[in-house]
Formats: sequence, C-alpha cells, structure tokens
Amino acid sequence: MKAAAFDYEKPADVAAAVKLLSGAQGMGKVIAGGQSLGPMLNLRLAQPQLLVDVRGIAEMCAVTETPEALTIGACVTHARIEDGKLPDATRGLLPAVAADIAYRAVRNRGTLGGSLAHADPAADWVNTLALLDAVAILQGPAGRRELKVTEFMHGPFATALAEDELLVAVRIARLSKAARWGYYKFCRKTGEFAEAIGAMLVDPERKVCRAVVGATTSVPHVVADARAIAERFMPDEALKAVEAAGLGDDPYERQMHFAALKRAAARMHGGGS
Amino acid sequence: MSTRTITLQVNGKTVTAAVEPRLHLADFLRDRQLLTGTHIGCEHGVCGACTLEIDGAPARSCITYAATCDGASVRTIEDFDADPVMAELRAAFSAEHALQCGYCTPGMLATARDIVLRLPQADEARIRKELSGNLCRCTGYVGIVRAIKRVLAARKEKTHAA
Repeated sequence: MKAAAFDYEKPADVAAAVKLLSGAQGMGKVIAGGQSLGPMLNLRLAQPQLLVDVRGIAEMCAVTETPEALTIGACVTHARIEDGKLPDATRGLLPAVAADIAYRAVRNRGTLGGSLAHADPAADWVNTLALLDAVAILQGPAGRRELKVTEFMHGPFATALAEDELLVAVRIARLSKAARWGYYKFCRKTGEFAEAIGAMLVDPERKVCRAVVGATTSVPHVVADARAIAERFMPDEALKAVEAAGLGDDPYERQMHFAALKRAAARMHGGGS
Repeated sequence: MSTRTITLQVNGKTVTAAVEPRLHLADFLRDRQLLTGTHIGCEHGVCGACTLEIDGAPARSCITYAATCDGASVRTIEDFDADPVMAELRAAFSAEHALQCGYCTPGMLATARDIVLRLPQADEARIRKELSGNLCRCTGYVGIVRAIKRVLAARKEKTHAA
C-alpha cells in the first residue's frame, strides 16, 4: 500500500524540530531511519499530518564520551554500532546486539533512538538499554529532562514522550573491565523480532548485577538484583523472574523466556548456547 | 499537502524533481525516472526485493521516502553494468541457477554485492544470515548461496595469486 499524504520538514537543530512538533498539535511524527515508521505509514497504521525528519540534526548524530559514560545521539544507526565505530563502553555488548537486529539493509538506516522511541517490546535496544540502566535525554518546549530508560517506556509502543518532545540521545554508564554480559534471543526467522529475550549483566566493580526478561507483552522485566540468576544460574529463581514478567499462562511462552535466560547465563559464563 | 523539491544523484546523474512527501523511493525511481529494475514486493520492508544502494549502503527503497533522499546518491541495478563485482555475481547467478522468475534478483544482487565487499571471509552460515532479509520464492536459496560462495572463493584465489 501507499502512505496517506503528509507534509515533510527536515529541521537543522533540536529547537526547530521541537517547534515543528509543537505546531503540529499532536499530528506530527518524528522520523529518523524510518525502518519501523515506514512500514506503518505504508500500511496506514500511522497517518500523521507532518513528518519531522531529524537525521539532519548534528547533535542527534553525535557520540560523546566521558570517563564515566557514553552518550549516543538518537540518530546513530545500528550499522554504525555494529561496525564498531563507537567507543566501546560496554565490553562489546552494543556491537553484538546491533549485529543481530533485522537485516543489514535495515541496520544501515534504522537508529538507536528511533527503536527506543518506537517502544516495540520485542526490539533489541528496548531490552538492552533496560539491562544497562541507560538514561534517555528528552527535549521539549520547556527544555531538557532525563529519564531512566525503564521509566521512559510505559508499555507496548507507549513512552513518556510528549507530543512536542524529542528523544535526543541515550546515555550509558561505562562498564568496568571486570564486567560480563550474556544476551540470547529466540526468533522464528533470522532477523525477525524476538519471541523471547534473556539478558544479564554482572559488573562487580560497579555493584551491578541485573537481568532482563525481554520481548514480553509490555515493558522489559528487569531483575535489579539478579545474583541468584546471573552469578550462578538457579532455575527456581529464573522461573520466578519469568513469572513476574507478566507473560500470561502459556507454558510455551514461559519456557521460551526461561530458556533465553538460561542461555544468556551460559553465554555470560563462557559456555555455548 | 505540499510537494518538496529534491535534488539527488541517481546512477551518477543529477536529478531535480518535485515530489509528494508520501512518494517512496522505489515508486519515484520506477514511475518518475523509468528505472524499472527496482522491484516492489511487499512494500513494507520485509521481502527485500526493492533493496538498492543509498550513499554506498544497501537500503529498502519501499520504506524510504524520496523526499528524505534530498542530497543523497542512489544506485539502482541499472547502474551496475560495468561494476566488476556485479559482473562476477551475474555470471555466478547464471552458473548456479540462482534465479528463476527473477523478481527478487535485483535486491538479491544488491545484498550479494554488499556481502562480497563487506564480508570477504563469510562462510555459508554467514552468507545465509546476511541473505535472510531477501525473500526468494523460486530457488530455495541453495543456488543463490552457492553463487555468492563461488564469487567469494574466486576473489580469494585471485588475492592469493596476486
């Protein structure tokens, strides 16, 4: 199908983009890579009156680092992350996750911020950034605000973004050298959205031990103290985490998420899949 | 709704056109530039038939709007006649029966060329993973995978010989 008619603007900075969104009075939509919004427009699931293309905003394509953190502009593509073009603040987690998102033709255009703002529960960045306890940086007419990614996403395809607010960047705390991670996803076909995601991170120097039950029916389920799953995989504790993730009663769903956690743990400890 | 005037490179030529923002790149190329080598399959980014090169990297032209390509450089299958990698791929696709109806072939070739150039060490598993975004309903993929393997092997041999 063809998209319904819309107007198109490509502002040069964040302030101009926010102004355009304010003027659209709720009928504006931000587009970056367009790899999720494009299909939705073509299928007429989305019918905005105005598309605001943010790829021309230099700040949103920038990557900056401090000793403590890496800030990634919302318009940084999956391919740029996959190809190791960013400083490695996550001991290889971001490139490894990026490499398995959809297909290269999609990764060349799709962006980190676009994926997070789209808030598909099965998307890799939604779950990875929750694992990393990343911070979303938003800008609206009243200025900037910061939110934990876990507070940014409210539900499936629902976020804290106001109609005239823009996701500008994501900040990730730098992992220590002792940090280890494991990530596993089940997809019915290579490159498709995941049926289940299991992810964990142990960073003793920063006193972080987190796990994520991902690709749920809503927000990622974060286990903030995951010692009983991540340091040593205890099946009963993993089952509790899966139960708490609100997946419903389907035993197949539960088993898949349990297995994803188990395999993520095995990968983290250097075992096979 | 208003039109936008865009200027972009299409197969090395500068093109200026007024477009409706909702017009996707594949339709722009096929209907306005009469470059019908770009095929449209699913029209929502799943099948890969419309894959072409934007600024040197493969992309889906059905979910890329022409208006967003102002200043970009687009290469369609028509522009690869003289491309050495594509010449090797064409010969290998013929030799290995890597197409039947040909509908997916322009997109397959765009992806195949990216694999050859970006991943010269790719083994069969990697080739299959990289091809997973391009659907073919005729061949069962075996011939396509073989064709890419053949080109990779030939190029490796050439590097060794040189």
